[in-house]
Amino acid sequence: MKATNWLTGTSLSITAVLVMPLCIVAFSLFSIDTQLWSHLLNTVFAEYVTNSLILAISVGLGSIVIGSYLAYIMVNYRFIGHRVLSWLILLPLAMPAYIIAYTYTGLLDFTGPVQSTLRQLFSLERGEYWFWDVRSLSGAIIMMILVFYPYVYILARTAFSEQSSSFEQVSALAKRTRWQHIRQVALPLARPAILTGASLAMMEALADYGTVAYFGVSTFSTGIFRTWFGMGDIQGAAQLSTVLCMFVLVLLVIEKRSRKDAQQYQTSLNKKLRAKKTSGVKGIVLCLLCLLPVLFGFVIPFTQLLIWSINYADIGDWPAFFDVVKNSFTLALMGAVIIVIIALIVSYAKRMQLNKIRTHNGLSDKFSPKSVSASERILSLGYALPGIVIAVGVLILSGWFDQNINRLTMTWFDYRPGLILSGGLGALLIAYSIRFVSVALQNTETGMARIPNKVDNAALSLQGSAWTMLRRIHIPMLSGSLISASLLVFVDILKELPATLVLRPFNFNTLAVRAFELASDERLIDAALPAISIVLVGLIPVILLTRQLNKLSA
Amino acid sequence: MFIKPLFKKTAFKKTAFRKAVQTLLLGSLLSCTISQSLAEELNVYSGRQEALIKPLLDKFTEQTGVKVNLVTGKGDALISRLQSEGALTPADLIIMADAGRLTRANELGLLQSIESDVVKKRVPEAFAADNYNWIALTKRARPIMYLKGAIDPGEIDSLSDLGDDKYQSEICIRSSSNIYNQSMVASLILLQGEEKTLDWAKDLVENFARTPKGGDRDQIKALVAGECKLAVANTYYLGGMLDSPDEETRQIAQQVGVIWPDQDSTGVHINVSGAGITKYAQNKDNAQSLLRFMLEEQSQQWYAEINHEYPVIDGVKWSDELLSFGEFKAQEVDLEKMGELNGDALKLMDKAGWR
Repeated sequence: MKATNWLTGTSLSITAVLVMPLCIVAFSLFSIDTQLWSHLLNTVFAEYVTNSLILAISVGLGSIVIGSYLAYIMVNYRFIGHRVLSWLILLPLAMPAYIIAYTYTGLLDFTGPVQSTLRQLFSLERGEYWFWDVRSLSGAIIMMILVFYPYVYILARTAFSEQSSSFEQVSALAKRTRWQHIRQVALPLARPAILTGASLAMMEALADYGTVAYFGVSTFSTGIFRTWFGMGDIQGAAQLSTVLCMFVLVLLVIEKRSRKDAQQYQTSLNKKLRAKKTSGVKGIVLCLLCLLPVLFGFVIPFTQLLIWSINYADIGDWPAFFDVVKNSFTLALMGAVIIVIIALIVSYAKRMQLNKIRTHNGLSDKFSPKSVSASERILSLGYALPGIVIAVGVLILSGWFDQNINRLTMTWFDYRPGLILSGGLGALLIAYSIRFVSVALQNTETGMARIPNKVDNAALSLQGSAWTMLRRIHIPMLSGSLISASLLVFVDILKELPATLVLRPFNFNTLAVRAFELASDERLIDAALPAISIVLVGLIPVILLTRQLNKLSA
Repeated sequence: MFIKPLFKKTAFKKTAFRKAVQTLLLGSLLSCTISQSLAEELNVYSGRQEALIKPLLDKFTEQTGVKVNLVTGKGDALISRLQSEGALTPADLIIMADAGRLTRANELGLLQSIESDVVKKRVPEAFAADNYNWIALTKRARPIMYLKGAIDPGEIDSLSDLGDDKYQSEICIRSSSNIYNQSMVASLILLQGEEKTLDWAKDLVENFARTPKGGDRDQIKALVAGECKLAVANTYYLGGMLDSPDEETRQIAQQVGVIWPDQDSTGVHINVSGAGITKYAQNKDNAQSLLRFMLEEQSQQWYAEINHEYPVIDGVKWSDELLSFGEFKAQEVDLEKMGELNGDALKLMDKAGWR
């Protein structure tokens, strides 16, 4: 059992490294500036809390509704365009929220083509008609639902496709209608997966800065920026971030609770569901239902970006542009590999610890080791923090590390290596790990949960070591989860902006940085080319992910 | 293998050990900054976007052969980075988009005095820190803009007129999170005191046509779309729209006029972009020569013609767009004090309900 201890140790020390920057942020709580807080509480704090809550909850609910209906229809029915749709549905994943927000503003704003045409058609003036204001809280919610629903969809689709057809037969025998079956059997069984997806969407919503800032919605993340940049109060900003962290902890606890009593293992012996062939009007209706989210979440904004890039893009410097694409791609790839390995170690350590406790004490299935699962929860926090907050934690920490290493080498060897972590890709990769390890963990965790314990017991009884077992049993069985984890992380890093902006090395640009710099200067049209490139590069993993999913449910 | 010599006693040398330590540290930690005073380089942290300074930096490299390495990003974040890197920082020069950030970096003790007589001669004292720890490179003005024909520009003399009841729901301005509004309000606090500024800000908020959203260009567009009659925006946004490659954008900008407020009193609000040499700069000479280069007439003209910013030295030709806005009297406030009041300005806007 030495390997288990070793594993737990590795897992805990990885957690420690990744948590340290967050701790630095949390340390701010020890020096509370009462003047600042009384100002915040009297003026803007309530708004931050309510807007953030409304945003996160609505995005969560919206993603649940859209993601699970799509997943259910795609798994259980075959209809016109099903194949094409299975490819299209995930595409919004490649679209950064801030880009879709910019695009829809261009389309739907007072000055945009839609309203202008309406005004011309009905010869209306300003104030004579009502039109939905995209740049509002409701607008932000809809933008985010449109790009975050795939999180729920991916997990829900896997969950639905693993449901055995015998469940349906039992429902039929009990004379349940289709709806009753969905409500009473299918949905409850898929609930853990759906909630996990929703919690990812909610955390993304809380961490978002680009969209809410552009839409003029005051949330925690805009508040953090204001306090830091406007008031120059980094302590205050860190304190606000800590409050945000607490929100997320509550969210995570709720999510874990809901998963706790739903640990069913599925064996491969179960008969897979057989999808119903549907044609005629019903088939068309289903097709349209599935098409809608893709249409608004991808097709329309993508077309708009395409038109802008074709008409206005400055195609001067292709080699430089290619460099930027290459940077983005390699960075995302490196990040994805590292993060997935971390997630694998942490989940596997948890599983091994569980096994050990089970064999020694014969505890029930529901027992979960405190230390490892706590570390897992803390690791998840990073996902909901605005990238810039994590960046600051990493900055301070890597600066401290570098100063001290230099001091040491100076006294011992009379030599100064200079900056090691700061200003290199190292710091950036640590920041990415903190921010996105949660995405990978969700995947490895759900994957691990699907491997029955008896597999481990069998392997252990054959005197297999923990490493052999990981290599020969768990990794092959998890390959699906590992692939989808790395693809999701890849896309996320590709889109990541604030941390990249602050931590990147000299002369190192990524597509997101390019797009943002231009878009933030309201040169949206110029930003269209890098923006559409993010989407195009992001499409590669999304397509791979789709193939993976299709294979699973085939 | 680098580590092998360690185990042969005869071969043990300090240098070998150094090499081993270096290889281990650098290699294992994926570092890619070994920018330790290699010949003729200059490392710049810039709060201004790449597109706005890169062409000028390229020209500098062409002229002097000094390679300029660049990181762009949010000003405050880069200041934090500089701070955490301490004495080890590779950065020699910081370029920031406003006086507030420059002041903040200076307050944190991250800058050193620019000891160049040319620089001191070219930049008026009013556009530099007291000890010349930073200098302004360009000026940007923030006047009132209106839709030509919708309003008589003579109606408005002063920024304080925007609080007048007759402009109810007619004012477009961006969020208070934006540094331009923060420094504008900070300058007003300096000029007329906190109380009066708060009253004005409250009146102004009541006249907002919409909750603040978007950037300066967006306010200009809203003006033309009829969403409001008056807007506040920096001139270089309007200038940039006037020579935009997009026909529609140009048409929008052509319908907008500029009102220079407070011309008989304090003058229109201006801010600066500027630069400072870091305390631990390793390429100090190169940093100084870049500053000198940026203050040359040609470079200043580039700013004035391509970026539509006002040059910080006199006698430089403005772009046609800038000329069309006309001459103006600018505020004469202490830029450092204005920078220090940034946080107070934001709190004041919080109180006024300016989101």
